[in-house]
Amino acid sequence: MAVERRGAAVDIAGLRKEYAGGAARVLALDGIDLTIAPGEFVCIVGPSGCGKSTLLRILAGLDTQSSGTIRIEATGWKVPNAMVFQDSGLFPWMTVEANVGFGLMTRGVPAAERAARVEAALKLVGLSKFRRHYPHQLSGGMRQRSAIARAFVTDPGMLLMDEPFAALDAQNRVILQAELVRIWEQTRKTVLYVTHSIDEALLLGDRTVLMTAQPGRIKDIIDVPFARPRDLMTVSASAEFGRLKLAIWQVLETEVTRARAEEEK
Amino acid sequence: MIKLSGKARERLLYLISPIGLVVVWQLLLMAGIGDRRFIPAPSDIAQRFVKLIGNGELEWHVAVTLYRVFLGYIIGAVPAVAIGLLMAMFRPVRIFFDPLIAALFPIPKIALMPLLLLAFGFGDASKVALVAIAVFFPVIINTYVGAANIEKIYWDVAKNYGASQTVMFTRIVFFGALPTIFAGLRIALAVSFIVLVASEFVATKSGIGYLIWNSWELLQVDVMFVGIVTIGILGLITSVLVAEIERKAIPWKTE
Repeated sequence: MAVERRGAAVDIAGLRKEYAGGAARVLALDGIDLTIAPGEFVCIVGPSGCGKSTLLRILAGLDTQSSGTIRIEATGWKVPNAMVFQDSGLFPWMTVEANVGFGLMTRGVPAAERAARVEAALKLVGLSKFRRHYPHQLSGGMRQRSAIARAFVTDPGMLLMDEPFAALDAQNRVILQAELVRIWEQTRKTVLYVTHSIDEALLLGDRTVLMTAQPGRIKDIIDVPFARPRDLMTVSASAEFGRLKLAIWQVLETEVTRARAEEEK
Repeated sequence: MIKLSGKARERLLYLISPIGLVVVWQLLLMAGIGDRRFIPAPSDIAQRFVKLIGNGELEWHVAVTLYRVFLGYIIGAVPAVAIGLLMAMFRPVRIFFDPLIAALFPIPKIALMPLLLLAFGFGDASKVALVAIAVFFPVIINTYVGAANIEKIYWDVAKNYGASQTVMFTRIVFFGALPTIFAGLRIALAVSFIVLVASEFVATKSGIGYLIWNSWELLQVDVMFVGIVTIGILGLITSVLVAEIERKAIPWKTE
């Protein structure tokens, strides 16, 4: 399989997002500069309220920045981005099949082609047998796999993932992380993956962006050195993994303590 | 003693109250308590019921009443659903309709009957119009509430996955509101019988309402009861029908 066709390139400069929440204005994002290479898997880690989800929503076109620029270079990609939400966001009134095909239906992909692509995507996440099920008949893990299939099937230049596995139990999370890495290695789309788990960020990404809260700023960007294709279990047992995890944790701990002290002022 | 499963016991309990009421009613009259000319016994009503079915009179009135309810229901409910969804999707539509609904909803719809007779004449049209108006309000309010309470994540997903306004309307907002729409449709069904029977008291020679009012004027109390019971039965059957349609239309409903 040729992996020459790589995902979108992103260039974010001086991004700022301010919410006018009554008397107090909340600075959700401030001075965000980030460049993402085509086909790169970037994870964003940070405490709650650091604006990581807001950043993703702005990139997804669901929110607009107060100032700053975003340049997304996605020539050759019909669908610039697709988002995977924390709470699958599958429509309860549609079958798995209709949910997965939703982004193709909205874009007028002919029925026959749509069926074939949905079929392939369901196979990719191992849900072929459940195509006629409704979301409430699926487990949390299956729902999240459907949501991933729904994103991949549109063949987007970039995947935006907002803590997609946070609500799953530990075993399911590990399985789905491995599946995601496998699928990504085949397709080499650009991925921006938001998580609050340091482990997850180190396991999945090429780089980890550390964010801090109040205001949401980028504290540090760390290169994750593990080779691809990755075996997640081996990686997580390595000494290098432990060292990186500790380093990131120390930064975050300082930040969380600082934010808490500021809140109590 | 016979042992009953929990479900069978519940079913028995469900039947005890109506059957018990009828039995007590019959026994009291048979014991000579109450005047049978004014309060007929259930057995008298049953006899009259059979007689009225035998000569086709009851069927005729039922058919007329059902026709008026059905037509008025459709004419009232369809635009109510459409406008209710548009109100949830577009702020200007909501601002335009809000004061109208707030002002018109509390008016007892039967108070409009003289006006409708003036506008539509003494035929079916005035009754159908009354049902349509009475159905419109509970349906539009429930539709709007249902659509406005669709979780934000579904709007986000739809937008991110390239849904046009048309797709939003037909695939997201409509289905998202459907359970609440059905709650409105169920209320509207009862309301439509209530206003229709009342409207049939005047200016018509057909329908269950007419049957009830006419028997009052002739002091045929047993016929009056036949009319009342018939409305109850029609209400029961149609509501079971709507519940069945709801079950088919909302396969994702978890219960």
